[in-house]
Amino acid sequence: MEIVLVSLFNGLVYGMLLFMLASGLTLIFSMMGVLNFAHASIYMIGAYLAFTVSRFVGFFPALIIAPLLCALIGAAIEVWGLRRVHHNGHIAELLFTFGLVFIVQRSVQMIWGMLPMAYRVPPSLDFSLFTIYGANFPAYRGFMLLVSVGMLVATWLLLKKTRIGLVIQAALTHPQMASALGHNVPRVFTIVFAGGCLLAGLAGVIGGNYQTTEPGMAESMGPIVFVVVVFGGLGSLAGCFVASILMGLIMTFAVVINTSMLDLLRPLGITVTGDNLFTEILTVPVARIGALLPFAMMIIILSFRPRGLMGTRDT
Amino acid sequence: MSDAALALKNVGKAFGNLEIIRGVSLDIARGERHAIIGPNGAGKTTLFNLISGRFRISSGEILLNDVRIDGLPPHKINRMGLSRSFQITSIFHRLSVFENLRCALLWSMGYRYSFWTPLWLQRELTARTDAMLEDLNLTPRRDTAAGLLSYADQRALEIGMTIAGGASVILLDEPTAGMSNSETDNAVALIRRVSKGKTLLMVEHDMKVVFDLADVITVLVYGQVIASGPPHIVRANPAVQEAYLGALDAA
Amino acid sequence: MTASRFWQISIWILVLALAIAAPWAFYNYHTGRQSGFVISMLSQMGMMSILALSYNMLLGQAGLFSLCHATFFGIGGYATIHFLNMASAGSLPLPMELIPLLSGLSGLGLAIVLGYIATKQRATAFAMITLGIGELMVTSALMFQHFFGGEGGVNTNRMIGRSLFGLTYAQGIQVYYLILAWTLLSALAMFFLTMTPLGRMANASRDNFERVQFVGYDPRMVRFFQFALSGLFAGIGGGLYAITYEIVTFDALAAPLSANALLMAYIGGSASFGGPILGAVLITLLQSGVSLMSNSWLVYVGVLFISMVIFAPSGIMGLVTAHGPIVRGGQLGRLAVPYIRVLVPGILMVAGFVGLVELTSFLTIGAAQGKSLVLFGNKIDVHATLPWLSAAVCLLGGGFWLRLEARSFRRVWEGLMQGLKPQRSVA
Repeated sequence: MEIVLVSLFNGLVYGMLLFMLASGLTLIFSMMGVLNFAHASIYMIGAYLAFTVSRFVGFFPALIIAPLLCALIGAAIEVWGLRRVHHNGHIAELLFTFGLVFIVQRSVQMIWGMLPMAYRVPPSLDFSLFTIYGANFPAYRGFMLLVSVGMLVATWLLLKKTRIGLVIQAALTHPQMASALGHNVPRVFTIVFAGGCLLAGLAGVIGGNYQTTEPGMAESMGPIVFVVVVFGGLGSLAGCFVASILMGLIMTFAVVINTSMLDLLRPLGITVTGDNLFTEILTVPVARIGALLPFAMMIIILSFRPRGLMGTRDT
Repeated sequence: MSDAALALKNVGKAFGNLEIIRGVSLDIARGERHAIIGPNGAGKTTLFNLISGRFRISSGEILLNDVRIDGLPPHKINRMGLSRSFQITSIFHRLSVFENLRCALLWSMGYRYSFWTPLWLQRELTARTDAMLEDLNLTPRRDTAAGLLSYADQRALEIGMTIAGGASVILLDEPTAGMSNSETDNAVALIRRVSKGKTLLMVEHDMKVVFDLADVITVLVYGQVIASGPPHIVRANPAVQEAYLGALDAA
Repeated sequence: MTASRFWQISIWILVLALAIAAPWAFYNYHTGRQSGFVISMLSQMGMMSILALSYNMLLGQAGLFSLCHATFFGIGGYATIHFLNMASAGSLPLPMELIPLLSGLSGLGLAIVLGYIATKQRATAFAMITLGIGELMVTSALMFQHFFGGEGGVNTNRMIGRSLFGLTYAQGIQVYYLILAWTLLSALAMFFLTMTPLGRMANASRDNFERVQFVGYDPRMVRFFQFALSGLFAGIGGGLYAITYEIVTFDALAAPLSANALLMAYIGGSASFGGPILGAVLITLLQSGVSLMSNSWLVYVGVLFISMVIFAPSGIMGLVTAHGPIVRGGQLGRLAVPYIRVLVPGILMVAGFVGLVELTSFLTIGAAQGKSLVLFGNKIDVHATLPWLSAAVCLLGGGFWLRLEARSFRRVWEGLMQGLKPQRSVA
């Protein structure tokens, strides 16, 4: 029982972290049609910047400064890079962001080195919030939840209550309409791209010390975020939210389930002996299959329902 | 077998709550040159998209030579002998003019997805492509990338690709849109020449072209047929005059 | 037309002759052998050429951006290890020279299965599915010990003692010529494919997938056949990889190799058939040459790639062929001075950039490895201000200067092109 509760909390925390990344990507993807491969790279930059900034001014100022720097980087990428390749079509844009991944990854290694950073939870948040069935729930996870919920509310208000938010909302479902209404679409694009990068940077700041800040973090996070975005569906922040939480829960629960397909078959009186590929497939525990699940889910949803869970348009 | 090459029976199409086509019924006789006219937004292009399989119909039936084709994907409908052109030129812009026409011929000549047939040895294919080029007056542009052609040449190529496969029913979507007068005359001559012995259905805004080419005219307004018949009868129809021609005269 | 065809064929024959002769240019008379380093680099170029060419069947020819191409290379490799082991054990009576054919068939088999799913979609959705497939395969490779051998991979001994020509394949040079032969064969086959109905329709669906439907083709089937065949050739490449290194680990099907295939095809030039070969040779050279000198070679490749995407989407080959009309017009000489004027600030800018990158990298990675930066025999203190300042000045100064010169270069270029236009339309 306690394992379920703890996993539920952890899944929620991870899911919200995913959502912070994925919401930015969904906004960018739905609006500009660009699947930003470098989104997770921005997440990584956010974590590294937070580490460096927090060494000088402390964690809480870094919580503000690092995401803003990421937004600036995002704006620069959009203005000097993406906009120039835009007229060459979507494949060119994909290729461009794909190239960025390389550069960011290597640059991070060059600037900060290959080893994980000593980016730790600030002491003021390093205590146990409460205890369930003997398992501690660290206060920092509660703080992460708080930040992500705060971000969620802020984004929602921004989209619902401001003029630019309305334009973005319109452009999400009807990309061609926004320009017909006479809005400065390039500027909206820049704002959305920078905003998405801001969210990714914020996720990096609070995720960097939750997981580890190391050069491989973009590579391990990137594909999962894609899965979430595709699964949730284009143009749907709600779908993105559901998919994030779902994926967070699946990933955390799959790790703790130690049964295999064979264990499920055993009550039916089926046993398999021998040592071959077939028995190997049957005896792999769910905990290990967990890593496969997101990708399998993405492939299935894309081939049968390309608009995702709650999407309004095809991917 | 009835003598309708293409028959629409009470065809409807709705996008969400918006009904674009409302119960259109139409018989297009074999060998007939049939024009669809109507004001902007009447659903003419949508009707073409429904017939050619680009969109699915919401209700009704479409028959090509007495065989139901609604619900089939576009490539299957094309293989059954119905070919269409596009209002916005739709060609393979990085391929040469010759390659464009050759691609349009491949399926009808039975090459399918062959990855073992060397194209440069296919004499008959090359000869037929070259004949098409000649027919379209595009021989001097043979090796030019299609995307670099002049607008009128691209429109000619568009028509050429539509008829290349030897389809018996041809749908032309505004073949002369955006052309100058002399270009239009050339295009009309071209259409007359290539549509010989075929069933032709076209959407056209240029009344001169319509009355010049069409044997039968159908007037579509807000997704409904308000008149259909030979040019002189349609021209005299008061409803048509009010809805469409009158508006033109006034302008 | 025929003159240019003649030149094209001559260039290909020249490239082939170079490839045959190359090992002997590095013959060491003391040991009586070719340089092992050169041989392995040339072998790498061969299999990477196949990989890049087969990738370009998707990217350049069909407009499909795949992120799982290494999957088929890798599966060809893994399967070949098992084939070689079977051959050694005597249960597979096949000469060495034909083993790559089986590798290719393994790639084809998997590509048929996975392609059935992936080719349901196109454009971005296709890219996402292939991303998922790639990740799925890597995870499976680490999970299933029997076929993939887990982290350590699977290994073999290529001396199976069965050959059409009585070769033992004990020496690298014999393997190299086997690779060369298969590379030639694969390249010819892929070139042939571009001139078949399928190849043409792949081009057509790249340009305009919708119209393809209205000339009677199902674009999905076009994608499917093209995908499956590209898997065949990637599998052959993987087979040669297995034969060369005698070990295959999950690196052979992991994402970095897929990315490499993309980089090679794109930088070389995806719009022309030969571009990917050029890209493969170039990247392999960079990989084995520059990576010895610098930790940060991937940054250079990345920046090169991005600059290509922005400024030269048709790749190096595209840049070369753009000069075609000028060469034919006999006006190439007029570009000499403008080229030099662009080259000087260009070199300055690149030097500044490389300087900054190297300084940064020696500050961290280099320091961790205990290396120090040496330039022209002088040790450079990476903590001093002067090297940083001079590199930054080179980069910025060179950059601004290049912008000015590039503008005047464009004027000259456009002037030349304008002057050549009337001649072109007559021809």
